Amino acid sequence: MDRTARMSEKYISRSPAIAARRLGDEMLIMSAADSTLFSLNPVATCIWQAADGRTPLSQIVERHVCTEFEIDPEEAYRDAAGFVEELAQHGILRISDDPEPEGPAAGEMP
Amino acid sequence: MSLMQEMNARALSLGVPLSAHVDLTYRCNERCEHCYLDHDDKGEMSTAEIRELLEEMAEAGVLFLTLSGGEPLLRRDCFEIIGHARSLLFHVKLKTNGVLIREQEAARLRALGLEQIQISVYSHRPEIHDAITKLPGSLQRTLAAIRFLQSQGLKVTVANVLMRGNLRDSEAVQKLATGMGARYALDPTITPMMSGDRSVLRLRIPAKDLSDVFRNPALVGDAEEFCAPPAPVDERMMEGIPCSAGHTACYISPYGDLFPCVQFPLPCGNVRREKFLDIWRDSPQLAEVRSIRGKNLPTCSSCAHLGSCTRCPGLAYMEGNMRGPSSADCEKSFVRTGVVTAGMKARGLSDLAILVQIQTQPLAAAV
Repeated sequence: MDRTARMSEKYISRSPAIAARRLGDEMLIMSAADSTLFSLNPVATCIWQAADGRTPLSQIVERHVCTEFEIDPEEAYRDAAGFVEELAQHGILRISDDPEPEGPAAGEMP
Repeated sequence: MSLMQEMNARALSLGVPLSAHVDLTYRCNERCEHCYLDHDDKGEMSTAEIRELLEEMAEAGVLFLTLSGGEPLLRRDCFEIIGHARSLLFHVKLKTNGVLIREQEAARLRALGLEQIQISVYSHRPEIHDAITKLPGSLQRTLAAIRFLQSQGLKVTVANVLMRGNLRDSEAVQKLATGMGARYALDPTITPMMSGDRSVLRLRIPAKDLSDVFRNPALVGDAEEFCAPPAPVDERMMEGIPCSAGHTACYISPYGDLFPCVQFPLPCGNVRREKFLDIWRDSPQLAEVRSIRGKNLPTCSSCAHLGSCTRCPGLAYMEGNMRGPSSADCEKSFVRTGVVTAGMKARGLSDLAILVQIQTQPLAAAV
């Protein structure tokens, strides 16, 4: 993947202000902010679960999406960036230009 | 199909308990005249037991968690339990009378990330509300709690249980709720006590008044649609399940007993002796509940209301047969549409004679 083409890395973390549970191979997430319910497909679930605030989005896509789902890296990154933006708008994911400090990741799944 | 319906269908096909209701205690600081519980503590689960139960339920797939009682805030560990539930990413709804909630408690609940709070208000008039709760000053304290919670940005639903003593106050309670920015939910269901004592049913509102409620657009929305005759029974209705009880939902008492629903006192196991998921998967009682389809109901399968009746299998169980009709729901279906139910016919003319007096025209047409 050509990382130089991007302005900067994105770091994503799960907001604690959500309710979430795995249902089969999908993830159900409800936003506390607006009570919107989301059902994430297996690819989106992979990104969601890897959102620890410390791993760059590009690495999450490379490690978890491209390898497991055999998707073109550039296309996968574009889709992932759009997906995380949408979830961030609903207060479900947090996006930062910098990694979070070491410690327990927010919104850790049981 | 909405996403919520899709999710429920998926949970049903996977056998996942998507929602659970846990009563933390049966103790209460009110003594509501219609309450179906006794309020003694017969050995509630400890904090550690409840924490473990929540972990097991999260593992089993429960997302929607209702914490209730009794009055749950009488437990000193209530905030700790809510906090643990939120750390496990449950969607938490708290049912409370609000009497113990002041500014500080409201802020604490907000900080814990509680999604929804339901508070019962019986009347806008203290003399009526307080007479039902038997706690002087309770309306004032409950309304103050709603304001504290609303000021914290929490979502409050005002539940208005309708009984003989407060049925004229429903519209005023609705206005009061919406005026405070809360949602309003009307409930005309009075349930027999868990012990089987049916004396509280005397408080149910008379059918004539229920008819007025069902035809009041302010309370039910489109009254014409709400009271429309039932759609013809089809294959889907015959193969349908009665409700989510035991299929994607369950209830757990303060003593760890698991039931299909808070209104369905069929003991299925105890989480103090067995893992939650083991009971959920292996209980013969739950298997029996899950085996029932519309076509298996000896009386209701021949009823015109099969597809639209709110038939509660728990109320039917309390009347002696979980596959039988629930007389309260028969009455609702009849009062709503004027079409006689199979359950009413099966019980004979004594019921009908009473109802003829209040719904002469529709009943005559239906018969």
